Order: sequence, then C-alpha cells, then structure tokens
Amino acid sequence: MFGQANVLAAGQAAFPPTVEDFYLPSILPWGAHDSYWFTKITAMVWIAVGVLIIFFLASYRNPQLVPTKKQWFAESIYGFVRNNIAVDMIGHAGVRFAPYFTTLFCFVLLTNAFAIIPFFQISPNSHIAFPAILAIISYVLFNYIGIKQHGFVKYFKNSLIPPAPWYILPLLIPIELFSTFIVRPFSLAVRLFANMFAGHMLLLVFTLGGFAMLSANTWLAPVSVLSWVMTIALTFLEFLVIVLQAYVFTVLTASYVQGALAEEH
Amino acid sequence: MYFLAAEGGESTHNPIIPLWQEIVVGSVAFAVLCFVLMKFVFPRMEQTFQARVDAIEGGIKRAEAAQAEANQLLEQYRAQLAEARTDAAKIRDDARADAEGIRQDILAKAREESDRVIQAGKDALAAERATIVRELRAEVGTIAVDLASKIVGESLTDEARRKGTVDRFLSGLESTGAR
Repeated sequence: MFGQANVLAAGQAAFPPTVEDFYLPSILPWGAHDSYWFTKITAMVWIAVGVLIIFFLASYRNPQLVPTKKQWFAESIYGFVRNNIAVDMIGHAGVRFAPYFTTLFCFVLLTNAFAIIPFFQISPNSHIAFPAILAIISYVLFNYIGIKQHGFVKYFKNSLIPPAPWYILPLLIPIELFSTFIVRPFSLAVRLFANMFAGHMLLLVFTLGGFAMLSANTWLAPVSVLSWVMTIALTFLEFLVIVLQAYVFTVLTASYVQGALAEEH
Repeated sequence: MYFLAAEGGESTHNPIIPLWQEIVVGSVAFAVLCFVLMKFVFPRMEQTFQARVDAIEGGIKRAEAAQAEANQLLEQYRAQLAEARTDAAKIRDDARADAEGIRQDILAKAREESDRVIQAGKDALAAERATIVRELRAEVGTIAVDLASKIVGESLTDEARRKGTVDRFLSGLESTGAR
C-alpha cells in the first residue's frame, strides 16, 4: 500500500487511472501480479472481519441491564438495523433476521469505509467478488425463506403470477421471472460494486490529475491544488455514498425477504 | 507497477468478472463474521433487550400492585374512620340522652324531697298550732275566770266549770275572730 505513495512522490503516476489500478500486486508473495490470495484487498476484508468481531465481542463481553458507553454503542447499531430496517420492513417477524442484517450492514459499512480511511483508501467492495458473495447470500436467503414459508409451488406462484387479467399474464410472468429471480442478485451486487468502484476512480482521477498537471507544467500548480480540494470534497461525497450504499444493500435484502414472506403478490 | 501491467499487458482485468480467489476468501471471512456475531453477540443483545423490557414491565407491575394495595389500605382506613366517627357520634348521643335522663331523675327526686319537706313542715306547724291553741284555750279560760273572780270577789271557778261560760265565750271569740 506504500507503493502508491512512492509512485505519487516520484511523479510517475500514470494518468488517466485505469482498471488496473484496482488490482494491486499481492502482498504474499510480494509483488506478484497473478496471485490473489493475499492482497491488500483480501487483507482489508480480514481486517474488517477482525475489527467487527473484536469490537462486538469486547463491547458485549459482559452485558449490563444499564449499558456502558461501549455496550450502548454496539446496541444502538444492532437496534438501528433491528428496528429501523428489519422490523420496519418485515414487521415483527423481521426480528429473527436482524442478526444477519446487522452483520451484513456492519460488514458492508466497514469495507466501504476503507475507501476513505487513510492508508486503506480503496474499498474491497470495488472488487465485484465481495458484493457478489453478499448478493448471492441475499438471493439464497429470500428464496429459501419464501419456499420455507409457502412451499415451493405456492412461493413461485406468488412470486411469478401477479393479480392481473389472464390475457396480460403471458407478458407479466416473464417480466416477473426476469426481475425477481435474475436481475435482483445482479443489481444488488453491481449497485454496491459500481458505487465503490466509481468512488475510488473519481478520487484517483482528481488526486492523480493534480500530480499529472503539476509534473506537466509548474504553472498549473493552482489547478493542481483545486484538483486536490476537489478530492477532499469528493471524499465527503464518498462518505455519504459509503453509508448510503451499506444502508441500501441491507434495506433491499430486507425488502426481498419481506416480499418472499408476504402472503400475496 | 501500473505501467508494468499496462505495458506488459500480461494480465488485463475485467472489473465485472469476479476473481474466484477473492470469492473464496470473502466467503470464508464473511462466514466467520456471521458465525461469531450471529452466535455470540446479537442473540445476547436480544436477551438483554428482553431482560430490559422485563425489568421495566416488572417494575411497572410491581408499582401497580403497590399502588393497588395502597389504595385498598386507604379505602379500608377511610371505612374504619367513618365507622369510628358514627360510633363516636352514637356514644355522644347516648351520653347526652343518659345525662338528660339523670338530670330529669335528680330534678324529680329533688322536687319530691322538697315537697316532702314542705309537707312535713306544714304538718308539724299545724300540730304545734293545735297544741298551742288547746293549751291557750285552757290557760285563757283559767286566767279569765281568775280575773273575773278577783273582780267579782268570789270564786266563780266551780260555777264557770258548771255552766261552761268560758268555753262558750271563747267559741264566740273564735268565731268572730275567724270571720
């Protein structure tokens, strides 16, 4: 991760940034370009997992009826997802999904947040593998819940056949099939991935653009400064996107589960 | 490093194609996270929430019970107080009636006593007077005869006794005096 800084300092950064900027050389073995087991990205995923586990276990090691500050903080994260997402979207039956939704929300939020945390500065979610895993879990989850709730046939009948006149059904059923069972996991994964990818790309463009202009012509220094100011402004925007996308991912998962549980279409 | 990749073109990445290694790592990492948080943390949070709800509801129930008991006691005390008040009033009324009765009795007795005393006085007086009158009558007769004897110069005693003159005179006197 310090390679970037060296490159920037040496003024050799390639401009414009490319997709390849998202695929950093691996850490172990050091510098390899075709090894993906232990890269900055996977390391960040492990760090996120470690931080979340340590935080929650430490703050909930000895829960009190009257919470301590740390315990209160951990509880309010869970309480937020539980009450404002799970119960709001699904109703009282949503409480049993709250643990998963909270885990999902915390994981996405923290891995997203790496995009603007100094020295991390790229989100694992800008690699589609991670959003894809989460989207597949959501997909399996809502289908499993629906089949378990209604039985296989009734679930697909509920999902595929909207209450519409028979002559419109040949048109609606393929649309429902497409939107519910094919597009959903892709849209879920791609939404998160594209947001984080684009965010990182934007920050790269403005940061590297500043260096590129500076090295092209010293007189462009003020524009470089403007470019870096833009980077700071975009970092704030990125913060908004980080929180929003974590929320959206969780809310959509909850909404799919709600749809699968619902009695009628 | 970027330009290496760009120039060499050895590995060009398509960002929409996931790396299978990352899928494996991500799955394992997320599974570990889910396992720990969903097994050891969030169920305990749910328990704590429940315990908190129980504590609050239990507190409310206890407070309600205490309130009900207090109300019941208050009612009971009020009833007892009212009872005591009516008792006291009854006792006061009884006492007043008793006192009135006793007063009447005493008054009646006193009146009777005074009547009796007056009557006795009157009787005694009448008896005294009768005795005195009787004695006086005898004495006055004697004195009158003696006086008359002295004036007449001879004893009229026997004659007076014989003829009952004195008695007659005195009766005449009495009747004129009574008139």
